[in-house]
Amino acid sequence: MINSLLLAAEAAGPVNFPVLTALVVIPFLGAIAIAVVPAARIEAHRLIALIATVITGAMSIWVLAEFNKDDSGFQFANDDPNVWVESLGIRWDLAVDGISLFLVVLTGILFPLAILGVSPEHSPKNYFAWIVALEAGVMGVFLTRDLFFFFVFFEVVLVPMYFLIGSWGHGNRVYAATKFFLYTMFGSALMLVGILAIVFLHEDATGVTTFNLVEIAEGQNWGVNTGRWIFLAFALAFSVKVPIFPVHTWLPDAHTEAPTAGSVILAGVMLKLGTYGFLRFGLYLFPEAATWFAPVMMILGTIGIIYGAVAATMQKDLKRLVAYSSVAHLGFIVLGTFAITTEALVGSVMQMVNHGLSTGALFFLVGWMYERRHTREISQLGGLQKSAPVFAAAFTLVMLSSVGLPGLNGFVGEFLILLGAFVASPWITSIAATGVILAALYLLWAYQRVFHGPAEGENAEMEDLKVSEGLVLLPMLVLIVFLGVYPKPMLERIEPSVDALIAHIDENVDTWTEPQREVLAPSDDDHGDDHSDDHSDDDDHGDDDHSEDGE
Amino acid sequence: MLAQTTIATPDVDVAILLPMLFMGVGGLLILTMTSVKKDIPAWFITGWTLAACTGAVISAISLWGRYTDEGPSSTIANSVGFDGFSIFLTIVIALAVVMASLLAHTYLIREQLEGVELHVLLLLSGTGGLIMAFANDLIVFFLGLETLSLAVYILAAMHRRRLESQEAGMKYFVLGAFSSTFLLYGIALIYGATGTTNLVEIKTFLDTQALVQDGLLLGGLALMIVGLAFKVGAVPFHSWTPDVYEGAPTPVVAYMASGVKAAGFAGLLRILSTGFQAVVDDWVPAMEVIAALTLLIGSITAIVQTDVKRMLAYSSISHAGFILLGVLAASERGTAAALFYLASYTFLVAGTFGVLTVLGGEGDNNFSFDAFKGLGKRKPLLSFAFMVFLLAQAGVPLTSGFFAKFGVIAAAVDAESYWVAIVAMIAAVIGAYLYIRILISMFLEDGDEDAEVLAIPRSIGAVIAAAVVVTVLFGIFPGILDGFAQDALAQLTASGN
Repeated sequence: MINSLLLAAEAAGPVNFPVLTALVVIPFLGAIAIAVVPAARIEAHRLIALIATVITGAMSIWVLAEFNKDDSGFQFANDDPNVWVESLGIRWDLAVDGISLFLVVLTGILFPLAILGVSPEHSPKNYFAWIVALEAGVMGVFLTRDLFFFFVFFEVVLVPMYFLIGSWGHGNRVYAATKFFLYTMFGSALMLVGILAIVFLHEDATGVTTFNLVEIAEGQNWGVNTGRWIFLAFALAFSVKVPIFPVHTWLPDAHTEAPTAGSVILAGVMLKLGTYGFLRFGLYLFPEAATWFAPVMMILGTIGIIYGAVAATMQKDLKRLVAYSSVAHLGFIVLGTFAITTEALVGSVMQMVNHGLSTGALFFLVGWMYERRHTREISQLGGLQKSAPVFAAAFTLVMLSSVGLPGLNGFVGEFLILLGAFVASPWITSIAATGVILAALYLLWAYQRVFHGPAEGENAEMEDLKVSEGLVLLPMLVLIVFLGVYPKPMLERIEPSVDALIAHIDENVDTWTEPQREVLAPSDDDHGDDHSDDHSDDDDHGDDDHSEDGE
Repeated sequence: MLAQTTIATPDVDVAILLPMLFMGVGGLLILTMTSVKKDIPAWFITGWTLAACTGAVISAISLWGRYTDEGPSSTIANSVGFDGFSIFLTIVIALAVVMASLLAHTYLIREQLEGVELHVLLLLSGTGGLIMAFANDLIVFFLGLETLSLAVYILAAMHRRRLESQEAGMKYFVLGAFSSTFLLYGIALIYGATGTTNLVEIKTFLDTQALVQDGLLLGGLALMIVGLAFKVGAVPFHSWTPDVYEGAPTPVVAYMASGVKAAGFAGLLRILSTGFQAVVDDWVPAMEVIAALTLLIGSITAIVQTDVKRMLAYSSISHAGFILLGVLAASERGTAAALFYLASYTFLVAGTFGVLTVLGGEGDNNFSFDAFKGLGKRKPLLSFAFMVFLLAQAGVPLTSGFFAKFGVIAAAVDAESYWVAIVAMIAAVIGAYLYIRILISMFLEDGDEDAEVLAIPRSIGAVIAAAVVVTVLFGIFPGILDGFAQDALAQLTASGN
C-alpha cells in the first residue's frame, strides 16, 4: 500500500503531489475513520491507527530523501497556496526547511512506535483516535508557514493530549491534564494578540493583509519597542510549551500522570513545538527583540538546566526523574537557540531530535517497567539487571545517550550547543556545562539504584524485554548510535537553513553580528565533518565524568 | 369645490418586507387556525412554523441575489433598510426560530404543555427581530424591539407548572420594560439633538455638522447603549440573564441566547457602529469598558456555578462580551466578525441547549454536574456532540467558535483596542476552564451506571446533528461563512427604489 502510494506520488512528480498536505491530512482522516468504526471492532482501531501513522511516517522519510540539502530555503511548497479565508489573507501554505525537516521525520517515526509500543488499558477506540489526531496537529505546527494555521495547530494539539492524559493517565490524571491544558492555553493567549498585531502592522505598512510568515518577517514593519513587546507575547507561549523555568510546573505532573504513549509523544515531539517556535517564529520574526532578549533567555535556559538536573536528582519516582531531566535538556536547547551562532543553532535543532529519541525511549522503558512492576518508586526497584539483562542493556544505551556520551547522538547536539554558546557568552555557558556532569550524576545514580544491587521479591522475577518491545525500541536505538557516530547527513541539511536564519538576523539588526570564535581558524565552514577530531580533549573530559560517577 | 388632495404615502417595496410577512403572518394564521379548529396535531403546528421560517429564509436568499446585483436600498420613506446585513441577520434569526421550534416540539409533549402558543410567540418574536435587523429608523427599531421582547417575556414564563419559569418571566418583563424606557428616552434625546429619528439622516447630520453642545446627543447615546446592552446581556446590565435562563424552558433559552441576542446586536451594529460612526470617539471608550467587564465577569462568575444551565447562562454573557469587540471596532471588519460570531453561535447555542433539553429530563431541572457524570459511556454520540459544542464555545480551533473569537479579536486589534483584546484572550482561558469542568464530568468521571437511558427525540437529534455539522464545517472552512459576512455590511442608504 505504501509502495503504491509512493509510486503514485513519484508518477505525479515530486512537485505536484501535495506530500506535506498529506502528512497532515492522512492522520486527520485516520482519526475520523477510527471514530466512525464501531467500538466493538477492537482490532480495527489499532490497525487503522497503524496504517495511518505508518503511511505518514513513510511519507516523512520520503520527504527526507527528496530534500535538497543545498537549498537553504523552504522546499515542497505550493507556489500558489490555497486561499482559506480571503478577507484576512489566510492561506493553506505548507513548506519544510532544514530546521523543520528532522522534526517532521521524528514525528513521523515516533507516532507509529507509540502506537505499537503500548496498548491502552481501556476504550481503545477513543485512545487511538486521539493519538492519530494529535499527529495531524503536530505535523501542522512543524509544516505551516501561515501564522493563522500555526496558531490553530499549536492550540488544537492540546485537546487530544488533554484527553490522553485525563482519560488514560495514572493517579492524579485529571488534575495534571487540566493544569496542562490551562497553562498552555494561557501561555498562547497573548500570542494570538501578538500575531494579529504584526499582521495588521504589516497591513498598515504595505496594504497587504496576509498571515504569511515569510512576507511578514521580511517586511519587519514595526518599531523596536513594539517588536520587543510582541516578542514577549510569543516568548510566553513558547516558554510554557518548552517549558522554561519558572513556567515549567505543569510538565512534571503531565509527564508523570500521562500514559506511556502520551509521555513519549509529549516529550518526543510536543515540547519541541516550543523550541521550534522560538527558532521559527521568535528569531525569524523578531530578530531585533531576540538578540536584545538573548542574554535573559540564555540565563533562563541555564537555570532550567541546573534546576532540572537538581530536581531530577531528588526525585523518588523514576518517571518524574525523567520528566525533570527533560527540563534540563530543553534548557540546553534554549541556551543554544539564543546563543544565535551557527554551531549553537545547528546543535539546538539536532538536540531537539536527540531529546525526542532518548527521552522518548526512556519513557517507553519506564512505562514497560511500570507495566511489569506496577510501581515507579525507585526505592521499590532494585537489581533488575539480573532478572532483565536485555532491558537493562537497552536502558543503559538510552541513558548514556541522554547523558551525552561521546559516540552517541546526545553528545553531538550538546557539544555543538556548548561550543556555539561559549562564543556568545563564556560565563553562562561555563555554568550550563556543569549540567552535563549533573545529568551523568542523576541518571547513573538512578540506574545504579534500579538495576544494580540485590534483587528481591518481584524485582527478581521481572520479565525481560519482549521481542515486540525490542522491535519498537530498535529504530530509536539504531538512530541514537547512527547519529552519534555519523551526524553529517543531518548536520549538512540543517546548516544551510540555520545560516539563512542568521543572515536574516544580521541583515535586520544593525547592532548585531554573529559572535565569532576568537581563535584563528583557517576555515570554519565545515565543522559538521571535523568536530570530533577538533575537540578530542573534551571527549576525554566527558569520559572522566562517567567513570567517576558511574558503576 | 373641494380641492383634490392626496395623502402622500411612501412607496412600499413588498419584496423587501417578504421575510417579515412570512413569519408574522404565518404566526397569526396558525393562531387563527387553532382557535377555529381545536384538534390540530402538534406535528402540523411545528411543521407550519418551519414552513413560515423556510419561506422567510428563501425570500431572504432571493433578496441576497438582488442585493448583490443592485446594491443596498431602502423603502417606506427610508425607514426600512435593505442590505446584506439585514438579509444575513434574517437568515440567522429565522434559523434560530426553526431550531427552537424543533427543540420545543418534543419538549412540549414531554412536559404536557401541548399547544400552539409557544410556536406562535416564537414566530412573532422572530418577526420583531427581523424588523430590528431591517430598521433604518429608531422608531421602527423600537417597534421591532417591543414586538420581540413582549413575546419573549411570555415565552420565558411558558412552563406553567414551574415556579422558576413564572419567576423568570416576571423578572424579565419588569427589567425588560424598564430597559425599553431607557432606549425610548435615548431615542427622544437623539431626536432632540439631531432633529430626526432616521438613521440615514442622523448619519448625514453627524457627518456634516459639528455640534457645539453635544450633551443631548451623548446623553441620548448613553441611554440607548443602556437599553441595547440590557437586551444582549452585557455587564452591568446582565443580572437578569442567569435567573431567566435558569428558569425559562430550555428551548426558549436556546432562542433567547441566539435569536434575541442576534437582534440586539443588529441594533448595536447598525445604530452604533454604522449610524453613529462619526462620533466613535465618544462611545467606543464606554463600549470598551462594557466589553471588558462583560468578558471578565461573565467568565469568572461562570466557573463558580454548580448548575450547568446557569453556568451556560453566565458563559453566554461572556460570549456577548466577545461580540461587543466586533461592535466597538466600529469597522467593516468588526461588523463582519460580529456577524460570523452571531451566525456560528446560533448553531452552537441551539445544539448546546438541545443537549440540555434532552438531559433536563421530565421537569426540566436536572442540570447538576452529577447528571453529566459518566455520560460519555452511557451516551457516546450525544456526549461527542456536546463535546464539540463545548470546545467550540471555548474557542478551540477546528470549530466555528475559534474563528468567531479570532475574527472579533482581530477586529479589536485592528482598531487598536489592544487592552480589550488581551482581556478577551484572558477571558477565553478562564472560560475554557468551565467547559473543561463539564467535559471532565462527562468523560473522566464515573457516573451512575443504572441511570435511566435517555431517549433522544428525532426532532432534537436533528437539531443537534445539524449544529455539529455546521460547527465543524465552519470550523475547518471558515472562509465560506466569512465570505458572506464580509458582504453583509450594514449600509445606511437613502434611496427609494
